[in-house]
Amino acid sequence: MNIESERIVILGAGSAIARATARLWAARGARLVLVGRDQDRLNAVAADLVARGAAQADGVALDCASADAAAELAKMVEMLGGLDILLLAYGVLGDQTELERDPSAAATLIQTNFTSAAAWCLAAAAIFEKQRAGALLVIGSVAGDRGRRSNFIYGATKGGLARVVEGIAHRLAPLGARAVLIKPGFVDTPMTASITKKGLLWATPEQVAEVIEAAAERGGPVVYAPKFWLPIMLIIRHMPTFVFNKLNL
Amino acid sequence: MTTKAASAPSPFIERSDVVSWGRVSRGVQRVARPGFRDELSGLPSHAGDESLLAIGLRRSYGDSCLNRAGAVVDMSGLDRFIAFDAATGVLRAEAGASLSEILRLVVPKGWFPPTTPGTRFVTLGGVVANDVHGKNHHGAGSIGRHVRAFGLLRSDRGALTVTPESDPALFASTIGGLGLTGVIEWVELQLVKIGGAHLDVEIVPYDNLDAFWSLADESARSFEHTVAWIDCTAGGAGTGRGIFSRANWIDDGAYDLHDDKSWKRIPLEAPGFALNRFTVGAFNKLYHRVNSAKAGTNRQHYAPFFYPLDAVHDWNRLYGRRGMLQYQCVIPRENQRDAIAEMLRVIAASGQASFLAVLKTFGDLPSPGVLSFPRPGATLALDFPFRGETTLNLLARLDAMVREANGALYPAKDGRMSREMFRRSFPRWEQLLKDPALNSDFWTRVAQ
Repeated sequence: MNIESERIVILGAGSAIARATARLWAARGARLVLVGRDQDRLNAVAADLVARGAAQADGVALDCASADAAAELAKMVEMLGGLDILLLAYGVLGDQTELERDPSAAATLIQTNFTSAAAWCLAAAAIFEKQRAGALLVIGSVAGDRGRRSNFIYGATKGGLARVVEGIAHRLAPLGARAVLIKPGFVDTPMTASITKKGLLWATPEQVAEVIEAAAERGGPVVYAPKFWLPIMLIIRHMPTFVFNKLNL
Repeated sequence: MTTKAASAPSPFIERSDVVSWGRVSRGVQRVARPGFRDELSGLPSHAGDESLLAIGLRRSYGDSCLNRAGAVVDMSGLDRFIAFDAATGVLRAEAGASLSEILRLVVPKGWFPPTTPGTRFVTLGGVVANDVHGKNHHGAGSIGRHVRAFGLLRSDRGALTVTPESDPALFASTIGGLGLTGVIEWVELQLVKIGGAHLDVEIVPYDNLDAFWSLADESARSFEHTVAWIDCTAGGAGTGRGIFSRANWIDDGAYDLHDDKSWKRIPLEAPGFALNRFTVGAFNKLYHRVNSAKAGTNRQHYAPFFYPLDAVHDWNRLYGRRGMLQYQCVIPRENQRDAIAEMLRVIAASGQASFLAVLKTFGDLPSPGVLSFPRPGATLALDFPFRGETTLNLLARLDAMVREANGALYPAKDGRMSREMFRRSFPRWEQLLKDPALNSDFWTRVAQ
């Protein structure tokens, strides 16, 4: 329990993983700025977090994919009087077949998941560099580890984002600030609702939230959530191509 | 199927893993799981002509939480607190909030639900829709008595805020209304003050039904919570023998919480033969002996006292692939002694009952709902592993006894009662202000 409330900005605060994580921070008395597209929804999330112990929770409605990241983040930091944690939790899965067929859909997905996300990461990195403290937490995906036919455009955006976060972690390390990429595997959220066969590899948003909460304190720059994805992805990444190509992944 | 030009994809998904707690009825169910309340109003247009039913954590045993002819709305994503006043104990939360999460919020601040069912894995919407009762019924009545207001989304009237004063008929229809009077969006509940998270629990083994009735009478005066576990395999002079437990809250200011992570899980369905009259008989004897040894007063946390079965997550899987039926009836006070005795004799002789049999007396406080189950008298609840006709025939025999005694069956537990049995149990059923766009498998079976 921190004596001073942590000051946290969550981008994509309506997502299931962000919500579960925000509840953990709220219970510790954090002060939160919640960013998403719909003000009414953000207000509902904020009321829930205040009831759960957040010292402050304010919704800021904007489209993260098209906003001026540096300018908007500066305003939020002013609202909080500083920034201890930025959690980037927005992103879209897209439909691989449609993305391959329609370049503009692919461009939109890349703008959302990569281009805009990188801008927010850089804006946060500049603040943490100045403060010489703070944690940038970014939700990536195991899909970014190796391109595979079922979702490689989505995977490319998350893989690209991984390089951005690694680089920022490298840049911040000497200053004492941190950046961590959290890579969830299969998580049962509205984003994956259309996948109905859910087996042992599936995790709840609450399980992923615990990994994120811990990542804010220590570890990095890459964390799998849950942790059993580390050995699985190690195998998938290093699998010889002639074997990999036979798998329908 | 989907083309780029098409409108937003349907939020409904076909799932085969949506079953009720008894796991008897299986099949494909269309399910939407909204994350925000504003998504609710758009669901009927996606459902087309199909009926809808809002469902929670599916602790109802039979088919009152299924709607396979239409679609269901899984409300568990709408679990936000809206407001909690720690000074007055008034809580307002979205209907999908579970009792387990509510306890985490309110217990450390010295509050507790006014009454609670035997599991904390139920939603606020579910406790209202079934007007649930608990071990303190003789003092608190059913939960509907403590509901201050709720938000109801109706297909014909839009979003409404309903209080007992604003629309008494709709309020009475919705309390215990099985989710059929509109989608319950949020609930405002008056909690009760507690002085700590523990209770003084006294365990009293007793030998027969006469002893139960005197214990129940005597305990209702000085204990807030009473219930008895019955050995339903015991017949003859020992019919109704069991373990009576009675408890009061302790005012010691120790507000420790329950831990949902300590769940033991039943990962797979047990083989069908696991529960038979020998294993069940052995369990009952052992349970009786172990608890008799524990006789006396102990300090117990609220979790093991109110929610003993929650310690084993998915315990319903013990009943195997075919699942189980629960039978819960209430017998009016003037007939309770004879009817309960006769039912227990028939059950013991059948050799079909399992280890979960509970007997409890209800008090006089009226339940507010048109379809509320609790009424003055005694309620008996037992599980039966589902074995097809054999089980159904036994329950039909019990029905006859309940009918004879002017009793009623509990829809939340039921997966097989007849239309006639339902209508006798709830003579005012036609007064239910049903939303024409909503339906359930249960309702189709008993009312249409």
